[in-house]
Amino acid sequence: MEPHSLDFKEAAKRALADTELQKSLSSFKAGFSLKRLEAIQKLPEFEGLRDEGIAIKQHTLAHLDFYLGRFAEKVEAAGGTVHWCPTPDDGRRAILEILRTHGAKTATKSKSMVAEELGLNEFLEANDIEPVETDLGEYIIQLAHERPSHILAPAVHKTKEQVSDLFFEHHKTRHLTEASDMVAEARQFLRPRYLAAGAGITGANFLVAETGSIVLVTNEGNAELTQILPKVHIVLATVEKVVPTLEDAATLLRLLARSATGQEFGTYTTLATGPKQIGDQDGPEAFHVILLDNGRSKILGGEFSEVLRCIKCAACMNHCPVYSVVGGHAYGWVYPGPIGAALAPNLIGLEEARHLPNASTFCGRCEAVCPMRIPLPKLMRQWREQEHEKKLSPPRFRLGLDAWAYLAKRPALYALATKLGIGALSIFGGAGRFAALPLASGWTATRDFPAPEGPTFRTAWKKARG
Amino acid sequence: MTEKKPRVGLFVTCLVDLFRPSVGFAAVTLIERAGCTVEVPEAQTCCGQPAYNSGARQHTKDIARQVIALFEPFDYVVAPSGSCGGMIKAHYPDLFADEPAWHKRAENLAAKTHELISFLVDVRGMKSVDAHFDGAVTYHDSCSGLRELKVHDQPRQLLASVTGLALKELPGAHICCGFGGTFCIKYPEISTRMVSDKTADISATGAGTVLAGDLGCLMNMAGRLSREGRPIKARHVAEVLAGMGDRPAIGEPSVSGSPQQRRGAVAPAKSR
Repeated sequence: MEPHSLDFKEAAKRALADTELQKSLSSFKAGFSLKRLEAIQKLPEFEGLRDEGIAIKQHTLAHLDFYLGRFAEKVEAAGGTVHWCPTPDDGRRAILEILRTHGAKTATKSKSMVAEELGLNEFLEANDIEPVETDLGEYIIQLAHERPSHILAPAVHKTKEQVSDLFFEHHKTRHLTEASDMVAEARQFLRPRYLAAGAGITGANFLVAETGSIVLVTNEGNAELTQILPKVHIVLATVEKVVPTLEDAATLLRLLARSATGQEFGTYTTLATGPKQIGDQDGPEAFHVILLDNGRSKILGGEFSEVLRCIKCAACMNHCPVYSVVGGHAYGWVYPGPIGAALAPNLIGLEEARHLPNASTFCGRCEAVCPMRIPLPKLMRQWREQEHEKKLSPPRFRLGLDAWAYLAKRPALYALATKLGIGALSIFGGAGRFAALPLASGWTATRDFPAPEGPTFRTAWKKARG
Repeated sequence: MTEKKPRVGLFVTCLVDLFRPSVGFAAVTLIERAGCTVEVPEAQTCCGQPAYNSGARQHTKDIARQVIALFEPFDYVVAPSGSCGGMIKAHYPDLFADEPAWHKRAENLAAKTHELISFLVDVRGMKSVDAHFDGAVTYHDSCSGLRELKVHDQPRQLLASVTGLALKELPGAHICCGFGGTFCIKYPEISTRMVSDKTADISATGAGTVLAGDLGCLMNMAGRLSREGRPIKARHVAEVLAGMGDRPAIGEPSVSGSPQQRRGAVAPAKSR
């Protein structure tokens, strides 16, 4: 998809003023984090499991070529095809060719962030193939012509009332008020679409090198219907999704569900290996894996390589105080929140994404909850360093920083300057605080600025003890 | 035979130095009560965190070298801030990963650097304080202290020993207040929303005072509380633990209002 992350600041302001969005976000805020906490408190070995998970990912990334090669061999041995796609363009072309070969006019889709990287829905529509989203959240935002604002709960920005209106407009039935009725209605409308689809497109939570299997986790069972019913199953995955063995996938699955939704395991966890085999009751006749790189191999081995450990659980955004007030759309590209801030500049460029690593207080909650212990604040800081080196930050900000650093490196001058500055502020700060200060309007527009108590501590200390 | 008292270098932090000297004096009082001598190296400026988090690595390293050289002679370095303490303890060694000699010096300094309250409790074994404070307080866990330095139980333990004080736990005490250093200036709307959520939570506890261990967060919360017209005071936890909780709170006018007279009000008597 086309990024618009450079617009972050304005988009965030709009989001803060959007009362419907704020209503949705306020209920989102506590839910996921509380459930995660309860789930990990019930699992004493959670920290050990994290260590194991990290070791698996680190090992795999260090031998990525080997495990991808083995995965591809096993897929082919099972009768499937692997398409190596360096760029989104390669990915789109490969998908279109498969769909055309099989004469598919509609394709059901389960949730896939890789599809968002490819801008797949628009591309398919432009080529006269109708994509049908089957994940409830994705279905909602497809009706609304929007993009996911969260990597697990794509429609988390929508209120129940908005969904009700949307369904009424499209389904032309009656206004529903209960979420369970809306789910039932969506299912009723989707059921015939599954059966009629010429192809099913899914993502993959893991690719297993040992067996050539893909692992899919959902809570709705929609990915199962998407991959089993149509004649063709197309899997979209980025290269870092591969793990060596089924055992490894099981370890990561235990981390994934707890970190993501606080479940011990996803409601549906399905393994698929190749197309329908002789003796199988059902399954697709053709099985294709679109293996997308889209910049990952360039990240490998570099200073941002730790982002590739991500298992897309969304814990970082679920616990991010910035994400939880501005929502996912403000980030302007596929992956919002802290993981997006660390990953996006690699893939869409720092010029475009420069706000994202800055839009963090470095409160550290993201790193604390990341099952893969990705040092997200560190990675965001590295981007800020590149931004500083490339002089991409506003000149006024850099100038202020340089002036401050000049003083901070010269203690005698600093002492004099602060003595004078604080003295001046003290004289005018008789009320104890300032309602407005020059150069600090960002602060004083909404907050008073506490005035200094008096002379600096060092001055007072010298007087008292010196 | 008396053991020689450990020498503590007080890293007063730039915000305390400039805006809230009371916290510096409270820190000195507490460290002395913990059986140490305190010195305040005059040439200190800042830990370099504003430069570090702005991506200005060279500035950061220059400032860090200065801090290392100034403070390495002490037995301990103590800062009344989890943020600045965390900068020295958790980040200085990383800064010099490619300079072995400085890396070693940074690691040595990191090992003996502590946030004030955790120093009192974890290093000096302080279990209680001799202080009185009238009323209910709530406590906000500043992010760096909490997550980088594991400061959580220590302030609560000492606050429990303050007579007259009732601690009301703050729901979401571990969630950022929206200060974030330069963040609050770069993204003021987001920061304002975060601090407004925080002040609403503080207000809901019914406590008359909010305490924390970092002046940046405190100035942010105090500034928002007063702008919203909420009659809630903000103080550094050290002030209350040192028995200085009766001074004007952050952002409050001093008793006299005149800077000349205020000067006298800040420093405790020399003979104390």
